[in-house]
Amino acid sequence: MPKILVVTSGKGGVGKTTSTAALGAALAQSNQKVAVVDFDVGLRNLDLVMGAERRVVYDLINVAQGDAKLHQALIRDKRLDNLYLLPASQTRDKDALTEEGVRRVIDELRERFDWIVCDSPAGIERGATLAMRFADVAVVVANPEVSSVRDSDRIIGLLDAKTEIAEKGGRMEKHLLLTRYDAGRAARGEMLNVDDVLEILSIPLLGIIPESEDVLRASNVGTPVTLHSGTSAPSRAYADAARRLCGAEVPMDIPSDKKGLLVRLFGRRAA
Amino acid sequence: MKLFNFFNRRASAPVARERLQILLAHERASVSNSNLVALLHREVLAAVSKHIEIDPDKVEVKLREGDNMSLLEIDIEISASASARETIADAAA
Repeated sequence: MPKILVVTSGKGGVGKTTSTAALGAALAQSNQKVAVVDFDVGLRNLDLVMGAERRVVYDLINVAQGDAKLHQALIRDKRLDNLYLLPASQTRDKDALTEEGVRRVIDELRERFDWIVCDSPAGIERGATLAMRFADVAVVVANPEVSSVRDSDRIIGLLDAKTEIAEKGGRMEKHLLLTRYDAGRAARGEMLNVDDVLEILSIPLLGIIPESEDVLRASNVGTPVTLHSGTSAPSRAYADAARRLCGAEVPMDIPSDKKGLLVRLFGRRAA
Repeated sequence: MKLFNFFNRRASAPVARERLQILLAHERASVSNSNLVALLHREVLAAVSKHIEIDPDKVEVKLREGDNMSLLEIDIEISASASARETIADAAA
């Protein structure tokens, strides 16, 4: 049964696109067939983070409007055979996206993939509501920071009200992905800690992604962080999160690069 | 003074947490209230329409929240022809 996953947050700049690319690649590494879909019409960036910006020919809107076939628009990842990207349009307006068009594309993707990961634009407008519309699982990306937590709360409300699954009386499966986390600052009381955010938002925790230079390094060269440096702290954190999405019980820890150094000294962990 | 600054800096996360808790309690309530108002609007309209002919656009439901009390206001405008036929004195609650 294919899963439609939306990566959303309300607030911009918290790491939706980074997380979509990283989770998509990690799921594909565990032999799932994955399509990552960019819903940010007019401001696409998933292609850039995935390193496929020069291979975009057709996009989501072309397929939704019937101007291109799905297989013409899907871009196969150069590193992983079972990872595909459906880019957003850069020139069109957000209003070019219709609910029926998106439904048709999602239904067609369902036939071919195990996971369809929808990268939501920021905000609560059309692009964001359509990205979540047909999802059955949501990853809410939040930073340990007041404005991000507030917007996440708003998005959780929308996930429970404006999605097809919610309107049919079902329950949207929601997970919190806490990104840019600095365990040291949280321990010193300078940053909201994991428990603070969990208590406020009260949805289950999918993973904690530590603040790390590796995230920028990976996006600089157009590689999902999980493929860029498999042993880096954010990479391990995303890989664990992807395993939890597949139902595996993985102990929750905050991977750190310091620990990575110890691991390097005392034996590398299998990854 | 330096020591004071040190402790002051440490205290910022609990402040963030408390501010969020208060704010979100308020925001969640107002979102569910807007659903309540829509629901009341529909049901009042249905109930009154059984007895008097009314224009759905002339029904107004407002929920005003104060510190000590909240006020639920329901305004229903009845057209002259409808009120002439009916003998209900007051449909506004």
